[in-house]
Amino acid sequence: MSSLSLAVRDSSTMLRRNLLHARRYPSMTLNLLLTPIVLLLLFVYIFGDVMSAGIGGGGADRSEYIAYLVPGILLMTIGSTTIGTAVSVSNDMTEGIIARFRTLAIHRGSVLIGHVIGSVLQALISVVLVGAVGVAIGFRSTDATFLEWIAAFGLLALFALALTWIAVGMGLISPNAEAAGNNAMPLIFLPLVSSTFVPIDAMPGWFQPIAEYQPFTPAIETLRGLLLGTEIGYNGWLAVLWCLGLAVLGYFWSTSTFKRDPK
Amino acid sequence: MPSSVMPTSKRGDGSPLPAAISTTGLRKSYGDKTVLDGIDLRIPAGSVFALLGPNGAGKTTTVQILSTLISADGGRAQVAGHDIATAPDAVRAAIGVTGQFSAVDGLITGEENMRLMADLHHLSKREGRRVTTELLERFDLTDAAKKPAQSYSGGMRRRLDIAMTLVGDPRIIFLDEPTTGLDPRSRHTMWQIIRELVTGGVTVFLTTQYLEEADELADRIAVLNNGGIAAEGTAEELKRLIPGGHVRLRFSDPAAYQGAAAALREVTRNDEALTLRIPSDGSQRELRSLLDWLDSAGVEADELTVHTPDLDDVFFAVTSSTVTGSTVPSRPGQHQEDVR
Repeated sequence: MSSLSLAVRDSSTMLRRNLLHARRYPSMTLNLLLTPIVLLLLFVYIFGDVMSAGIGGGGADRSEYIAYLVPGILLMTIGSTTIGTAVSVSNDMTEGIIARFRTLAIHRGSVLIGHVIGSVLQALISVVLVGAVGVAIGFRSTDATFLEWIAAFGLLALFALALTWIAVGMGLISPNAEAAGNNAMPLIFLPLVSSTFVPIDAMPGWFQPIAEYQPFTPAIETLRGLLLGTEIGYNGWLAVLWCLGLAVLGYFWSTSTFKRDPK
Repeated sequence: MPSSVMPTSKRGDGSPLPAAISTTGLRKSYGDKTVLDGIDLRIPAGSVFALLGPNGAGKTTTVQILSTLISADGGRAQVAGHDIATAPDAVRAAIGVTGQFSAVDGLITGEENMRLMADLHHLSKREGRRVTTELLERFDLTDAAKKPAQSYSGGMRRRLDIAMTLVGDPRIIFLDEPTTGLDPRSRHTMWQIIRELVTGGVTVFLTTQYLEEADELADRIAVLNNGGIAAEGTAEELKRLIPGGHVRLRFSDPAAYQGAAAALREVTRNDEALTLRIPSDGSQRELRSLLDWLDSAGVEADELTVHTPDLDDVFFAVTSSTVTGSTVPSRPGQHQEDVR
């Protein structure tokens, strides 16, 4: 068997294993959805009046703030589900079955690739579920074309791929599942300090660089542009570069960590 | 007490059996702690080899290196004719490994675990189903096949573990402490399984802490101690390495003990336990003359036990450098104080 078909075959076997886990034990995936959904409802229905007033420069109604909020919440959903990735990778590594996989004549990377593809699929399903909540409370895309929808979906998938490879690396270096959960906290923390909830220029001056020069903000701005027709500018390229950079970094970090002798 | 009996396994026609596993000067250290300090082994195909040693002697490390899980720091090893360092995938294709800790996926069912292994061995769907049904049946897991593996008992888990190892018909099987933590019945079931494997011509590399287990199963035994092979040979060869058996007399009355100790000269005394040890090979003839001698000397012990050397004696003798002082491992038997 050629090494490529070996890689595809073994990775799809590992993917089936991970999807089986996710299907059999959906509670973690669903729990991780709670954070973005609760924040969405909290900011719309509890803080909504003040936030709406702030965004529109006064007088804006709530639907405008929902439109502003949802793209960031969708990306936050990806950050949240990839915490689950870090935890499940770490859990998996403590299981004897991984030692067994290492002594089989299979494609070395298939264990990780199975995790990554499984997690990206879970992240996308989560995005669809959270997106449905957004639509239910009144989110509507304003004249996005078919191509823009495709691009938005592609951006979400690429973003999920990037964060997942980073999360896999975090899971691999963590001694146990709790540590993995803690190490992956930035993935849910970063969207809180991005342009998810309020525009960057409404933040204190010293804080603006922190909010601006991080992966979530350009991705959020790009998604907003695609779905709501706001100005994308250089954010599109920036978002793609962030994603590719993180994905490549995460890939090499994870595979080299996995190749090392287990402790 | 480094002593070794060199392997001389021969076929009927006198030509040496091909080695399933051979190592020369295998070394491994973690930081400044040397775990393996030059291990030489030669294990003929189709035999059972047991690696024996106290906790932390490096048994698991040896298995991990030979099964390509971790790399050695020095030395060479061939498994199934392939070098572990340069052709690890060829080695992996020939071996099956059951590690010390259960290597089953607890979140999925026993049957799904088996199918997973079949897929990873690139068996066809049909072949995978056949192998799964057959092995689950053979290991008495058919009833539990649809239950998640984490609900299995220790013995069932171990059986599933071995069943998974057998998918793909490995010619060489590594079993790292396969019966640790099993109840006596499950242990005997496991022994039966291992014996059946060997009948099929499989080479088994086994590690164990139980000397009885090595004695029961292994063609050849090596005792690992302080990073080296302290002794190697068949169970019989190893037993011949240490001084012969003895008869032990136990007294409850200190006065009777003192009297007997004075009357009998060639004995080893244990004043605390009130026991005397008299060298003996345990044969009927020797026992009769010993009893006659005791009668004529007027010695009346409360208990007489005949002790023939077993692997425990070998084990304690060759690993004595680590068990002197306060760290004598406790064992259920009563003879460890006798070994010199």
